[in-house]
Amino acid sequence: MSSDTLAPPVPVGSGGPLTVLHDAWVVTLRNLRRMTRMPEMVVFSSIQPIMFVLLFAFVFGGAIPVPGAEGKTAYREFLLPGIFVQTLAFTAATTSVGLADDLHKGLIDRFRSLPISRSAVLAGRTTADWLQNLFVLVVMAVCGLIVGWRINDGVLKAVAGFFLLMLFAYAMSWIGAVVGLSVRTVETANTIGFIWIFPLTFLSNAFVPARTLSPQWLQNVADWNPVSATVQALRHLWGNPDGYAGAAKMPWPIEHATWVSLFWSVLILAVFIPLSVRKYRSVST
Amino acid sequence: MAAIEAEGLVKIYGGNKKAKEVRALDGVDLAVPEGTILGLLGPNGAGKTTAVRVLTTLLRPDAGRASVLGLDVVRKPTQVRRLIGLSGQYAAVDENLTGRENLVMVGRLYHMGKEASAKRAAELLEEFTLTDAADRPSKTYSGGMRRRLDLAAALVVKPPVIFLDEPTTGLDPRTRIAMWDVIAGLVKGGTTLLLTTQYLEEADRLADSIAVVDHGKVIARGTADELKAQIGGERLQIVVSDRTRLSEAAELLGRMGTGEARVQDQNREILVPVSGGAQLLVSAIRELDAVGIAIDDVALRRPTLDDVFLQLTGRAVEGEPEPGAEPEAEMEPQEAAR
Repeated sequence: MSSDTLAPPVPVGSGGPLTVLHDAWVVTLRNLRRMTRMPEMVVFSSIQPIMFVLLFAFVFGGAIPVPGAEGKTAYREFLLPGIFVQTLAFTAATTSVGLADDLHKGLIDRFRSLPISRSAVLAGRTTADWLQNLFVLVVMAVCGLIVGWRINDGVLKAVAGFFLLMLFAYAMSWIGAVVGLSVRTVETANTIGFIWIFPLTFLSNAFVPARTLSPQWLQNVADWNPVSATVQALRHLWGNPDGYAGAAKMPWPIEHATWVSLFWSVLILAVFIPLSVRKYRSVST
Repeated sequence: MAAIEAEGLVKIYGGNKKAKEVRALDGVDLAVPEGTILGLLGPNGAGKTTAVRVLTTLLRPDAGRASVLGLDVVRKPTQVRRLIGLSGQYAAVDENLTGRENLVMVGRLYHMGKEASAKRAAELLEEFTLTDAADRPSKTYSGGMRRRLDLAAALVVKPPVIFLDEPTTGLDPRTRIAMWDVIAGLVKGGTTLLLTTQYLEEADRLADSIAVVDHGKVIARGTADELKAQIGGERLQIVVSDRTRLSEAAELLGRMGTGEARVQDQNREILVPVSGGAQLLVSAIRELDAVGIAIDDVALRRPTLDDVFLQLTGRAVEGEPEPGAEPEAEMEPQEAAR
């Protein structure tokens, strides 16, 4: 070391909103770099959804009738919004694992010892996961179009659907952040992810019409599940069959699915962003 | 005013129904004058890392106060973070990023700007002889290279106060000595440094003053020489050939020494504090010879910090490897746990 070690430290930003964005972006870039360094991660993260689309479309497609829709591609059109939401819900596990890994390797300690905003590391992680999701969504959508899924209701509603979907994915990511900061190991983060996300996505209208769920209380759970609201909103906005054709009355949250989905996502963000920032401040390895 | 100050720091873990309460810090006072190195010495679990985590704002103490360059670590954490560099026990570098990318990222998080960050990264890579590996992902680095990169990351903004938590744990002896040179170089520039270690030799070699920590308390402090002086001067070390005559020899030597003779049965070794130097050594050998006790080995040695620890706590330093033993062996369980 030379004597210039004595030089005064470089002044750092005051912590205003622009500073937070800058810090979050630096961390986002770092996380994205990780994806390019581990291309196998990106390949597998897109193979899995493709596999889901194909398996469900061709294995269950013949067995699950969708009320009010006929033809070979009826179930596929019904299925795709469900697969989208399910796949993107799993972003929560991605975020959990990523943060648990950083925590375990001491990177969170390094970040916490730097004079950066407390939310920057979390925002950087969720943003990187969100961008990866965008890529996965494109892959899935192309795959869906190939097997016969269509958007039938115009550009504006199509965009509104994708917005709702990506907002929901972002909200799930923040739940994952809290989980990731609460568990001790990467393995636990991964396992826990499966334990809560699988029931969350399956106890819904994502893969089968919710009216076929039994007993009745399961239908009630499915009706109020944020996953169902989001899936229903997408089917509605994109003009895909929703399985409620011929039903006397739609459950309330399904009838108002677009607003209910929006409400759920905003509520999740409003609860889990402050919660995860609080966890981050006091987290210890 | 000292650069790093701590008064009565207490940190308690657990204490609920399931876990027994652990007082990781139990009233720790520290003061590190500007431009000096304090060695925080203690065995695993003594509370060294907890102390560092409190001083670097990562952990809130349950009681007591601490400050860095006069800034309270609990009330002014952001200002403190601008003045400190931390290099942890686990080399906290992103292994998917190259060495250069790691350093640039840290620079940008300090708002140095892209160009300034790149320039500083290049300087540090040069300084820590990492230039050749600069553009390789750091997961390909050796343990020593990772530690150097981690240390470099702590120095990006040239912080006036640096915390090093066990900077050489798990490194092979050669790499450790190279790391010592790097650390010793830091303080020449006026940096204040707090270093934790479980290697007595390391504290002896690097630190201006040492605080010995055990069970969350500072049990002794002073320079290495002061600590050694606490337990008296030289000691006579004798290994007798015949185990059956061990106690007889110990009694004889005990009468010649200034303190109680310590007997280690399985090594047939007797250790006794003495004064009188080489002359006493000669008389001891003569007296043993006169009663017909044969000896295998004899030495007069200056006390080491190992002796200090033994004296202070009544037990040897846990986990301290034999001199010359490969420290990697000790690291393995931790590595496996990752």
